Amino acid sequence: MPHGSAAPPKLAVERLNVVFGHGADRVDAVVDVTFSLTRGESFGIVGESGSGKSTVLRAICGLMPIAEGSILIDGEPLPVPRGRPFARRVQMVFQDPYASLHPRHTIDRVLSEPLAIHGIGDQQARVVEALNDVGLGTAMRFRFPHQLSGGQRQRVAIARALILKPEILLLDEPTSALDASVQAEILNLLARLRDEHRLTYLFVSHDLAVIDHMCERLIVMQGGQMVERLDRSALAAGNVASDYTRELLKASAGYAFDEKTSLAAFAKNAR
Amino acid sequence: MSGEGAGARPLLEVADLHVRFHTRTGVVEAVRGISFTVGRERIGIVGESGSGKTMTGRAILRLVRPPGFVEAQRIALEGMNLLELSERQMRRVRGERIAMVMQDPKFSLNPVMRVGRQLVEALRVHAKVSTREARERAMEMLKAVRIRDPERVFRAYPHELSGGMGQRVMIAMMLIPGPDLLIADEPTSALDVTVRGQVLGIMDALVRERGMGLILISHDLNLVATFCDRVLVMFAGRIVEEVDARHLAEARHPYTRGLLNCLPRIGGERGPLPVLERDAAWSA
Repeated sequence: MPHGSAAPPKLAVERLNVVFGHGADRVDAVVDVTFSLTRGESFGIVGESGSGKSTVLRAICGLMPIAEGSILIDGEPLPVPRGRPFARRVQMVFQDPYASLHPRHTIDRVLSEPLAIHGIGDQQARVVEALNDVGLGTAMRFRFPHQLSGGQRQRVAIARALILKPEILLLDEPTSALDASVQAEILNLLARLRDEHRLTYLFVSHDLAVIDHMCERLIVMQGGQMVERLDRSALAAGNVASDYTRELLKASAGYAFDEKTSLAAFAKNAR
Repeated sequence: MSGEGAGARPLLEVADLHVRFHTRTGVVEAVRGISFTVGRERIGIVGESGSGKTMTGRAILRLVRPPGFVEAQRIALEGMNLLELSERQMRRVRGERIAMVMQDPKFSLNPVMRVGRQLVEALRVHAKVSTREARERAMEMLKAVRIRDPERVFRAYPHELSGGMGQRVMIAMMLIPGPDLLIADEPTSALDVTVRGQVLGIMDALVRERGMGLILISHDLNLVATFCDRVLVMFAGRIVEEVDARHLAEARHPYTRGLLNCLPRIGGERGPLPVLERDAAWSA
């Protein structure tokens, strides 16, 4: 494996800007976001709704127009539109497996379609392999999404992303819609697949603990801006610079009583 | 409003509650004979999806619709058995004595009615007040739940509000009649963590300052452990464990332990997370 510092990063995002609307309606959804991932690394983006974290992923996929900045894979700028070779290398897993799988397609069809689009033969074997890879087994192969549990559906979504054997997976809140015990199973699965296939993950979540578990390095986003760049040890030590990150850390520890929440105003209405 | 210090009698008493659904393939029992009491305190009900925690909340308000039906020895609010009330009497209990906040304000506010009108309606159903006074109290309540520009929110339609604001409006609406018991079903799951703190703070203050009882239904163990006084852990329609929230970390039941262990922690181990093994005997 080439491991010298001379090798370009697997994925590099440089001064990315995404803008919606014009004039008074202009919204700067992503402002000057820069980061890069080496091969086999997991990189996290943490933020709340509206922070622009999902927009970064969508911009990488070409689903959002890029106002400024560049996105490079192995040092090569991405073509516009992205095209099929891009889909072979980069795939995405979405938050809600209830919404991201076609309700009237069987699992077999969901998994075969990317193979057909890319003209890959040997579909039977690839589908079976992908199902086994995500721990589903072939018993589920001819079922419909509504016949599966949430965790099983997310496994199908991961199998669908992996069936083209990509190098990079973009994960947009892949466990937010799942119960805690199912989340643990999916995170374990993602970690195993990363190691087995040397995948590179760009992992988006609002949950600091999930990002901390999966990623070595992360950025924190707020209102489209990158407010902080951190690694795991800094996060574990609580060694953070911005107030916003501190607030996220505090909130992820649970509820903290605050004297400021006393409500004199309620006394009036209580009668 | 009736008795403040109800003495030894708990605010809410639930004994042997069952919720069953009759389906084509037989009877499904969502809640299977649970009993608990609630005082003027914060009770947490935790469990995974399908554990029956939401149905427990709805059954207390008699909001389970056919084909589901509720059976219990007793569901009593300060000694008044709710199961014996007529539907008409029950309507007076809902909202006035027991209120409920649901998970997503998008689905619980009327989308074609301005927020202000909904708030005023909530008040005038329960109390004889003039339109003007109702409006003033609604404004007051919006300020109390920390909405910065109540004038705008009063005139807004629900889709013009953010999730956090919508949830605060819901809470304001539930609190206008001054209920004794609030059932909050995942009230903060749709909210960002920073807004979550504010919404919880409002409910916390109500318990501490007004002596309201609160049942917080949640799947989030960290939240319940830090927010509530007591925690009921539900699994497959039963309460498998009842623990003091401060001692949740020392919970003994393997299901509770499993739920706690499978959560990733900041600064925790990198290895595979322990996976919860379910035991059929727990629900027996």
